[in-house]
Amino acid sequence: MGNTIIEKIWEKHVVHREAGKPDLVYIDLHLVHEVTSPQAFSGLRMKNRPVRRSDLTFATMDHNVPTVNRNQIVDPVAKNQMDTLRSNCLEFDIPLADLDSPDQGIVHVIGPELGLTKPGMTIVCGDSHTSTHGAFGSLAFGIGTSEVEHVLATQTLWQAKPKTLKVEVSGSLGPGVSAKDVILYIISKHGVKFGTGYVIEFCGDVIKNMSMEERMTICNMSIEGGAKASIVAPDDKTFTYLNGRKYVPEGDDFLDNILEWKQLESDDDAEYDNAIEIDGNEIAPMVSWGTNPSMTAPVNSRVPYLSECDTEAERKAVQRAFEYMGLEEGQQITDINVTKVFIGSCTNSRLEDLRAAAEVIRGKKAAAGVQAIVVPGSQNVKKMAEEEGLAQIFMEAGFEWRESGCSMCLSMNADIVNPEEHCASTSNRNFEGRQGAGARTHLVSPQMAAAAALHGHFVDVRNLAAVEV
Amino acid sequence: MSSFKEMTGKAVAMDRTNVDTDQIIPKQFLKRIEKTGFGQYLFYDWRFKPNGELNENFELNLPENHGASILIANENFGCGSSREHAPWALMDYGFKVIIAPSFADIFHQNCLKNGVLPIVLKEDEVAYLLKQSRKQPYELTVSLENKSVLGSDGFKAEFDIHPYWYNMLLNGWDEIELTLQLEERIREYEAEHSGNSTRIS
Ligand code: SF4
Repeated sequence: MGNTIIEKIWEKHVVHREAGKPDLVYIDLHLVHEVTSPQAFSGLRMKNRPVRRSDLTFATMDHNVPTVNRNQIVDPVAKNQMDTLRSNCLEFDIPLADLDSPDQGIVHVIGPELGLTKPGMTIVCGDSHTSTHGAFGSLAFGIGTSEVEHVLATQTLWQAKPKTLKVEVSGSLGPGVSAKDVILYIISKHGVKFGTGYVIEFCGDVIKNMSMEERMTICNMSIEGGAKASIVAPDDKTFTYLNGRKYVPEGDDFLDNILEWKQLESDDDAEYDNAIEIDGNEIAPMVSWGTNPSMTAPVNSRVPYLSECDTEAERKAVQRAFEYMGLEEGQQITDINVTKVFIGSCTNSRLEDLRAAAEVIRGKKAAAGVQAIVVPGSQNVKKMAEEEGLAQIFMEAGFEWRESGCSMCLSMNADIVNPEEHCASTSNRNFEGRQGAGARTHLVSPQMAAAAALHGHFVDVRNLAAVEV
Repeated sequence: MSSFKEMTGKAVAMDRTNVDTDQIIPKQFLKRIEKTGFGQYLFYDWRFKPNGELNENFELNLPENHGASILIANENFGCGSSREHAPWALMDYGFKVIIAPSFADIFHQNCLKNGVLPIVLKEDEVAYLLKQSRKQPYELTVSLENKSVLGSDGFKAEFDIHPYWYNMLLNGWDEIELTLQLEERIREYEAEHSGNSTRIS
């Protein structure tokens, strides 16, 4: 029997194996941000332990950073957290993409962008969306702060070998249907814990035909389906993307790497612990209506009726979600009005996402009463978007063009959605209070968010295209 | 790591599915750089009304549930963000054990690392505990050594825990210390795989 890509990477990283214990696996890259690291560094300091491999560690500030006047951090507690990261990086000799660095950005955007993320690696970060990096054929997963400390001290982690789940997305996507819709569709169909205990391998024609950006969007949100991590086998698109990036080897070294990376692909006779098949042709643009990402429906449909719930627990959860979201059962998705639009987050803030949104709004204006903000995922994305005129398109349409960071994805900085306000958001979580106390989040693709901004309610981007192209 | 052997305490029911870590500890409280003091913010948006007043209808606020140290939860507890602030807040509030039919992976791991025992029981067992713990006083005795949960009403269940964590928790070992004893092995691995990853600086 052959091996899956997941097993191949795993076995290559086992440092120590003994009965009755998880495996001790080596970590090739450790990404660090300001929110989940301070207690880990204090732990080291208390025991007088050094960082074992600061050369395999890379830090950035993203969660707390303001997206306007970014150097004036008014919240003293946030400022303290950022200052703490800065001094920890200095003390332990860890490279940091600080606020004034051209490389600063959301940790999961800059990893790939700088070429830190590469196929075959094990990557961790104290952040659940570390799964994003799996798009490059690396085994990347989120960890807690104790584990951050463990990796800083030992460059290893005790981890039980994960089970494998193959998710094959076949067919092709219709116009106006994006990677975001694919992952929302999968979660709406299979729930928020179908991936629990598994590492997912995404494959099939739809995945093959996706750009690296789109694959990142899919892997990013696999955690919303409960998966520890997800992975896409590296191919020529992966190699082309990586070629020439800051931390990618050059010349013959790069070619050697490619030869190695090509071996990672799952063998034809590899067996998975579980498998799911998805027909890409069935997927429509999606809009989440509830308070977890499985509460999502196609834009041209409606929210459920309570009578359609299978179990009492589900009925209670849906009822609660309706109350929180201010929705009626059976309501059409296109009847939901929005007054906030957020284009950003590690799910959808890369150049391609911004291009897709700009395409929808070019030459148009945001509806009266809608505040739309665009937060590029990194300073590099911001610069490129400005150079190619996207920023101009957004501003002419009345969208606010901001500095890079996590922003309204979790609203730790000043960017928040008001109580009871509906927000079309390209982020990944629609949990209660995520974007602010009482905020009503609807997860959508960048195209759908842009279209909602123009109309003040959700619209099917496919209709826009039919009418206006 | 804190050790865990056996404890007896009041159990409280939180019969909601998919409770995410954004609910357990909302993001506005993640800016502290210490591990302590998070208990006051546990389930903040549920415990308090928008005007800051106590929400008297919330499970944990019912007077009969005060002082509970065992949380009976439902499916997929702790999903979402990897924030370890979630177990820190639960622990600081006074919870030592969480019983549910399933947990999200990272949260489960984060609990173990902090000496909060996450126990997976069968759905019907949890359903029974959810029902019983609505009628206070209801006490459970949890023994890690025997891997058992005993109720003041005669309820009895056994649970599984990975032998690694069983030993780690019972003995309260420092995981990093144990790993560092394998220093030699880690160094060998690094030597064998020196071309494996690209240096950053
Ligand atoms: S953008 Fe959102 S999900 Fe991504 S790292 Fe930042 S806070 Fe987390």
